[in-house]
Amino acid sequence: MVPVLLILIPLIAGLALFAVKGEAVAKSTALFATIATFAVTLLGLSVWNDAAHLTFNESWIGALNSRFHFELDGMSKLLTLLTTLGFPLILLSTWNNRYANANKFYALMLLSQAGMLGVFLSMDALLFYFFWELALIPVYFLCSQWGGERRIAVTFKFFIYTFLGSLFMLIGLIMLYNKAGGSFALADFYKLKMTSGEEVMIFWMLFVAFAVKMPIFPFHTWQPDTYEQSPTAVTMVLSGIMVKMGVFGVLRWLTPVVPVASYLYGDTVTWMAIIGMIYASLIAMQQDDLKRLVAYSSIAHIGLMVVGIFATNTSGMQGAMIQMFNHGVNIIGLWILVNAIEQKFGTRKMSELGGLAQKAPVMTILLVIVALANIALPLTNAFIGEFMMFNGVLGSTVTKYNVAFAVTAGLTIILAAVYTLRMIQRVCYGNTNELTEQATDISLNVKLSLAVIVVAIILVGVFPKPMLELTSGVSELILGRMNLK
Amino acid sequence: MNAIIISAILGVVLMFSGIFISNKATVRSIAIAGMFLLLLANLAEQYGHGFFSVNTRDMLVFNRFGLLINSIAYGSTFLYLLVSARDIEKVGINHAEYFALIFFILSGVAIVTSFNTLLMLFLGIEIISIPLYILTGSDKRNLKSNEAALKYFLMGSFSTGIMLMGIALLYGAKGSFNMNFMAGAINPERNFWFITGLLLLLISMSFKVSAAPFHFWTPDVYDGAPTVFTSFMATVVKAAVFVAFIRLYDAAFTESHPTWKLTLSFITAATLFIGNITAVFQQSVKRMLAYSSIAQAGFMMFALFSHNDLSREGIVLYAFGYSLATIGIFAVLARMKDYTFDGFNGLARREPILAATTTIFLLSLAGIPLTIGFFAKYYMLASAIKTGADTWLVIFAILCAAVSVYYYFRVIQSMYFKDGEAETEEINPAFRWVLVAMAALVILLGIFPNMLLQYLYF
Repeated sequence: MVPVLLILIPLIAGLALFAVKGEAVAKSTALFATIATFAVTLLGLSVWNDAAHLTFNESWIGALNSRFHFELDGMSKLLTLLTTLGFPLILLSTWNNRYANANKFYALMLLSQAGMLGVFLSMDALLFYFFWELALIPVYFLCSQWGGERRIAVTFKFFIYTFLGSLFMLIGLIMLYNKAGGSFALADFYKLKMTSGEEVMIFWMLFVAFAVKMPIFPFHTWQPDTYEQSPTAVTMVLSGIMVKMGVFGVLRWLTPVVPVASYLYGDTVTWMAIIGMIYASLIAMQQDDLKRLVAYSSIAHIGLMVVGIFATNTSGMQGAMIQMFNHGVNIIGLWILVNAIEQKFGTRKMSELGGLAQKAPVMTILLVIVALANIALPLTNAFIGEFMMFNGVLGSTVTKYNVAFAVTAGLTIILAAVYTLRMIQRVCYGNTNELTEQATDISLNVKLSLAVIVVAIILVGVFPKPMLELTSGVSELILGRMNLK
Repeated sequence: MNAIIISAILGVVLMFSGIFISNKATVRSIAIAGMFLLLLANLAEQYGHGFFSVNTRDMLVFNRFGLLINSIAYGSTFLYLLVSARDIEKVGINHAEYFALIFFILSGVAIVTSFNTLLMLFLGIEIISIPLYILTGSDKRNLKSNEAALKYFLMGSFSTGIMLMGIALLYGAKGSFNMNFMAGAINPERNFWFITGLLLLLISMSFKVSAAPFHFWTPDVYDGAPTVFTSFMATVVKAAVFVAFIRLYDAAFTESHPTWKLTLSFITAATLFIGNITAVFQQSVKRMLAYSSIAQAGFMMFALFSHNDLSREGIVLYAFGYSLATIGIFAVLARMKDYTFDGFNGLARREPILAATTTIFLLSLAGIPLTIGFFAKYYMLASAIKTGADTWLVIFAILCAAVSVYYYFRVIQSMYFKDGEAETEEINPAFRWVLVAMAALVILLGIFPNMLLQYLYF
């Protein structure tokens, strides 16, 4: 029941919003719907925390033996929490943003939420593919209609990249379906025995889709442009939640399904991720636009998750899982600040800002906390995740390059500190200029949403135990399937 | 049998109604009511109520697949008449005759979905083709339409000649026109005349479904014909001829399937490639749709290429999904003042319902999930994967599908994201409602394709 509610609330509210007139009504309905889904998630994590409430399994397309099968396990609980917590925060923090045809904007936002929740909950491959695309299409319209100057061309590139990736995934899933004797069930995929040739084929088919979504080098070229051109609320969705679909796909649909191919090509993928991390960090250092800076830093952080996953041990995998949540929270926090700055000053260029600490102390404090979390300072949430991932990489037994991986990937920690601290310095400190002279502090709704994020950052940073418990079962399952447990 | 006889009678009725009734609306109502009747009669036969018992001497065989395809063709035509009947009247002065010709074509459709001898195949194809030549040239004052009709007629006659030659060779090799005798008897690998005959049939049928490299007539004819007839030609007729192709293939080619597989994979790949690549470069939405119909034919070719149960189910979904979406788009296109991409600029603001439904149709043509077009493409790809070999063709097809997103989405971009004053003719509310109903059907079958597929097995 919980999974059905989670998907239906945003879906129905989203469809209903198309018919609603008036910006205020649309806004509040959307916020209310997202809070309702968050409440359902909390209930699912606490009161209704049993199999009967957390699974839903009904026949869908009989001829294909495909089922409406949703389930909340540890990893999906974590990502559901991220999605349902993220959306109200996003809507709250962008409350003062103005959109033409606001009802359609919020409707599409809710539809994309329904799509993403469906991705995280599906246990049936065809259903998974359906929701994968359902999440994408509203985002296409959101970026194209409400984005920046070059939005049409940029979003188009994004759409074609991801659609092509998805089609490859579809082929991979059909192959698995045939191998599994006509079943789309994930459980049946986990039981498959295939030759390594077949596995390799399927591995690459699925991997392309996930790699484009995450994105890792060299499939990332759509990402900085799209993040820059999208309306910031959509960028938050894209980078905070949607990229996790790719990482999630690798963890749930790739490594456990084709373990042999994952061994064979783990090193290749890891090198790709590491090249991307270094490269993105170096570019991030050169950026003047805040949005582009955060976009490139995101490539580096996601790359590390991939490295952690392909270390193929408990520490690496669990680290990647909880880092999905942490990165989502942190980057949404950063975007909220970027949006607040952009709304206030009409610019995102660091060269035009400066001295905000004098004029907006609350904002500066919050920005510093979120930024420090982003570079994984101890006692913040990201530290736990990064530590576990690096620990996993160093201790990895499936590769002989473990030290090289850890060292080169570790370079990005330093680079991240460089560009993040430089960002804080250029935005918050130094002298005020004409533009920032008249600055006031951030509004209440932004403070409120950032407060929630800061609480999450510190809570997970100090007391990560519940998250680790949540994810341990899933990582054991994946590693068990990969014969490492 | 219901379908063949009733559609022929209705054709005659409409021809005469043109003489005796001068009111356009009455003729239109007769046509729509007749179409509905025809659909009901065919559905009745699907449930086992044949009204006519004619001894066809095994020349026609009515099976579930054929009847379902008939229902799809008639259902599509019914929707087509609902959205486009007014446009048909605008083409020229002989409006009743146009409706009559459509019913004659439908009679041919019913023949090609149930033929059991090559003779009937030939008759069916010709009954479909000749009215089409006339409809293509029906806009007499338009030079382009005249040119298209002449081109279509000449090319069509050539392909008819080739088909006849093929049939004659097959008769020579087998001593019978009957499909049941086609397989077996003589080892097809060894008989030169048999193989040559089949090859000629393959070529002529490829021409009829506009598969590359026999597609050259398609863009010119589709572009030149009045828009309202283009949608009919590109959907109902094309799907029906594809089904004829599949029936022919089932009966005659199965044993020599390995021999033809390479040829078919070449035809499929070439059709996909040429259709998609050339569609990218079009400036007119109508021509883009003409080329995209070649591209869609490429996907339908998978039904022949993989030749299994999935492809059979897939062609049912493809026929309906493609017909629905294309009829919808052409109905909108026929009401646009300007057929170029720029002509669609800003349509979403002026006609939100038109733009929204067109978007759904385009998403379906591109094969995006939640639309029937997704399942159509899904079945085609799945059928090819099921055969085990030829993964390259599947990968090639999805690359082409990604290309197709480019030109379909250009229309969406124009409608929603570009500023402009898209001009349309006056649009009545009923038209909007039919479009909405069609779009709803596209999505409904996109979520529950079983609703259609179950009729294959009930």
